[in-house]
Amino acid sequence: MSYSKRIEDELKKKGIKIGDRVKVGDVEGLLMPSPEITGNPDFLVIKLDNGYNIGVKFKGKIEKSSTKEPQRIKKEFEYEVEETHAQSIPKCHDLPMISLISAGGTISSKVDYKTGAVYPSFTSRDLFAQVPELSKIVCFKELKTVSEVLSEDMCYEDWIEIAKECAYQINDGAGGVIVAHGTDTMHYTSAALSFMLSGLSKPVVLTGAQRSTDRGSADSAMNLICSAHASISDIAEVGIVMHAETDDSYCFFIRGTKARKMHTTMRNTFRPINDYPIAKIWPDGKVEPLQTYKKRADGKVKADTKYEPNVALVKAYPNSDPTIIDYFVKKGCKGIIIEGTGLGHVPTQNKKYSWIPHVKEAVNSGVFIGIAPQTLYGKLNPDVYANGRILAYEANAVHLKDMLPETAYVKLGWVLGHTKSMKKIKDMMLTNYAGEFKERLQPDMFLY
Amino acid sequence: MDYQKLGFKAGLEIHQQLDTKEKLFCHCSTELSDKFPITVERKLRAVAGELGKVDEAARYEFKRQRTFFYKANPETSCLVELDEQPPESMNKEALHIALQFCKLVSANIVDEIHVMRKTVVDGSNTSGFQRTAMVGLNGKIKTSKGVVRIPTIQIEEDAAAPIDRTEDTVTYRLDRLGIPLIEVATGPDIKDPEHLKETALTIGRLLRVLNVKRGIGTIRQDVNISISGGARVEIKGAQDLKLLPKIAEREVIRQRNLLEAREELIKRNASVCDEIFDVTDLFKETKCRFLKNARAILAVKLERFSGILGREIQNNRRVGTELSDYAKTQGVGGIIHSDEDMKKYNIEEMDAVRKALNANREDAIVLCASTRLKATRALRQVIKRAKMLLEGVPEEVRKALPDGNTQYLRPMPGASRLYPETDIPPLVIDEKTKDEVEVPERPERIMARLKKIGLSDELAEQLFSSKRLKVFERIYAKHNADPVLIATTLENTLVALRRDGVPVENISDEALEELFDLYYEGYISKEGIPDVLTTIALNPGKRLRDMQLRKMSEEEVRERIREIVSKNKHLLKQHNPFKKIMGEVMKELRGKADGKLIAKIVKEFI
Repeated sequence: MSYSKRIEDELKKKGIKIGDRVKVGDVEGLLMPSPEITGNPDFLVIKLDNGYNIGVKFKGKIEKSSTKEPQRIKKEFEYEVEETHAQSIPKCHDLPMISLISAGGTISSKVDYKTGAVYPSFTSRDLFAQVPELSKIVCFKELKTVSEVLSEDMCYEDWIEIAKECAYQINDGAGGVIVAHGTDTMHYTSAALSFMLSGLSKPVVLTGAQRSTDRGSADSAMNLICSAHASISDIAEVGIVMHAETDDSYCFFIRGTKARKMHTTMRNTFRPINDYPIAKIWPDGKVEPLQTYKKRADGKVKADTKYEPNVALVKAYPNSDPTIIDYFVKKGCKGIIIEGTGLGHVPTQNKKYSWIPHVKEAVNSGVFIGIAPQTLYGKLNPDVYANGRILAYEANAVHLKDMLPETAYVKLGWVLGHTKSMKKIKDMMLTNYAGEFKERLQPDMFLY
Repeated sequence: MDYQKLGFKAGLEIHQQLDTKEKLFCHCSTELSDKFPITVERKLRAVAGELGKVDEAARYEFKRQRTFFYKANPETSCLVELDEQPPESMNKEALHIALQFCKLVSANIVDEIHVMRKTVVDGSNTSGFQRTAMVGLNGKIKTSKGVVRIPTIQIEEDAAAPIDRTEDTVTYRLDRLGIPLIEVATGPDIKDPEHLKETALTIGRLLRVLNVKRGIGTIRQDVNISISGGARVEIKGAQDLKLLPKIAEREVIRQRNLLEAREELIKRNASVCDEIFDVTDLFKETKCRFLKNARAILAVKLERFSGILGREIQNNRRVGTELSDYAKTQGVGGIIHSDEDMKKYNIEEMDAVRKALNANREDAIVLCASTRLKATRALRQVIKRAKMLLEGVPEEVRKALPDGNTQYLRPMPGASRLYPETDIPPLVIDEKTKDEVEVPERPERIMARLKKIGLSDELAEQLFSSKRLKVFERIYAKHNADPVLIATTLENTLVALRRDGVPVENISDEALEELFDLYYEGYISKEGIPDVLTTIALNPGKRLRDMQLRKMSEEEVRERIREIVSKNKHLLKQHNPFKKIMGEVMKELRGKADGKLIAKIVKEFI
């Protein structure tokens, strides 16, 4: 809590603590903490007996109240899950064994008084307690928390940790893994896991929530239920399982290298790009495959987590400053993905803005330059326009077909973790390791 | 009845929709839609409030596992209503109206507004909660029976309106969701049923001086009632103020009868068995059609309850009805109990059931037929409610029925339904802002003013309650003449035209102002007003001035009348030729020239 010093002093003097029943002028109720970021430190937040909070401007006086609070108001600040659900992991009755890894995000968040906003603070155990239906679908081998940050704060070390944990769980007997994750960068993590989990023989399902779990309409319950079904399916791939529609109808299982968050707020934010979903997953357990996929099998998984973090993702746009390339090269960057316009272009002919000399110089100095589509949809082709040919054959940038820019960026770090040879890098970047390329695109993949 | 002696306590919660341009937390229109091209399907779950408790009402709804369908129109809902986008900041216009109301009832405006989420999982809010905020505290109003306190004034978003229900689904329309409301709650200072009505009327009149919506469904009142030894019961959905005293009376009767029933049960040392028995097999050969087809028939025994379930507690409602209401929440059609006439159902197996349950004549039996799961759940509710009979009157939310009776709706929600709306930062209302909110003219002053300019009590009252008051004031201020003509046009004429099927909702306030401008410029006669209004209504969007209205000169009028008279010479020979000729002339000239002038010229020809 963060009330002003004046208030804090007065509270100390009177021996008043947060949660005490107080009287300020003619207002009486429980003293609540002040929301740290959006709150005003000079206003006392009082919870009235009817449950409403109000802010009361502090004018120097606050007293402990002598009247008793109505019985139905409990002095409890810790989140407490409904008792019947709060028991530890229930016993399994011949259900498939999977593991759940919590990596933070909205799906594991609740109201936080420090910031006055939603912030991760549930554990895997809480998640499970929130969705008791899961106990009828799967048996949890382990519920493990690896991270408690929102997804924009995640970094490659987290990807590595999650990858290692997934491999460990599968090799240790889990028939599948669910990773609860923040949605903002979930598709980066799903791409990373897709490349890092070598020889994957079980489903690894990432899921999250667009509505916080503290509300009745949270999408997390259905996402988790469908993810549980996905984790025991025969789809041995890394994928994202979240709402397919704004309705609470069914989820998509989208390949980890082909998924992208496409809406800031909607439940059905994750869409397959240049691909179909692998399957539709219904909350009742029905799995409807929409394309071929790698099937569940025996065998150990290897967490191949060698990673070179010194890579960058930049965007070419009208009037863009190409010296951004020089900047990254100078910083020691080993590879750069450029989101090119259209079929894979950068400003070329106008001397003042041309990226070509900078790309050329970077490549000559041993930095890999890959081009990915900023349109997201469709495949690049450097041969159609002169500018594309200049970029590909004079500047030696590599056009990465229909690979998503984020996937290309993550892949580049992984490839550079494995080789420094320019030729090898190029070969690997163009090799289809985890469904990141789609040979044949179909019209209905667009805006799927 | 001596209400004081009974310990009668009543309070009101009045919800009034505000007539703002946009909704409380988004930019959608607050008008209603008639078409809903979009349908979205959702489920809701019970969650814990800020204090960690899962609210009783929320848990109850979650157990029902219903599916909700939301019908949306892009004009009146966006991603915010669909729970697909966080709320925008609070609508300033709505807040201003709420603050004005605070001033009208001398309430203290809070220093800092915190928007809260009130857990509502009956599906009427797509998010699973209603956004609501306390804006005023400790107000009061005067009534004929003393001061009634107004402890709280809230601003909140209206819920979605249900349009269809099945056993497991509810369909809502989203146009109403998010329309700003103010909720005004009184203290338990209401002394008797008539006082309840008076208080509701007084608050309603205060609200009506503000920019609020008018018409059916724009104001709703909930009533809280208790008597000594009884319990607080919240009655929802009383739309008609006239029904309030009756609802209160009947609730008092119900509570008294429940207390009497309790006394009797205690005397008998009655008890409720938790066990639910399966008696399906006993009804294999039954003559009762609906029991014969039932998937499962379950029964419970209420020891020494015989005769109690048949007791009437409200007109045509028995103790058994209370049990049945609880059972019905689980999706069953109802229950059968042993105080009913079994011949009515063609049931001959009751003795066998009694035997199976080891029940004697003093005990009551309740049967429920449905699927095994539903019947079990329903009878659990029956057991719960029967146990409450031994305690007295349960605190609960009830629904007002059209005849003034009430029916169980859901358990009473607690304070644990509220937790902070973290998407909206707290909003400081500084002293300057508080001071600058102007106090609107009070209802009694508006009425006095209307009467002073010459309106009858009835017309003044009509206008006061009407959404056309503002346009009346503008027109009258402009021309400073004919208040009665203006008022009757805005009220009576428009109502009459609506009854005739004229789409008067197409007539804007601006068009009404223009109509009177043209009237005073002489382009429209008094008699022509209804026709012109009809024309406006049938040509929405067109300006009256552009409709080629033209004043006829006296000579033109005389010329037309001359023609009409010469065509109708036979009428001159009939009885009262003036009236007959006038009739013919008016058919053609109504609205095109002043009636007095026409009459004068017609007389010239007779």
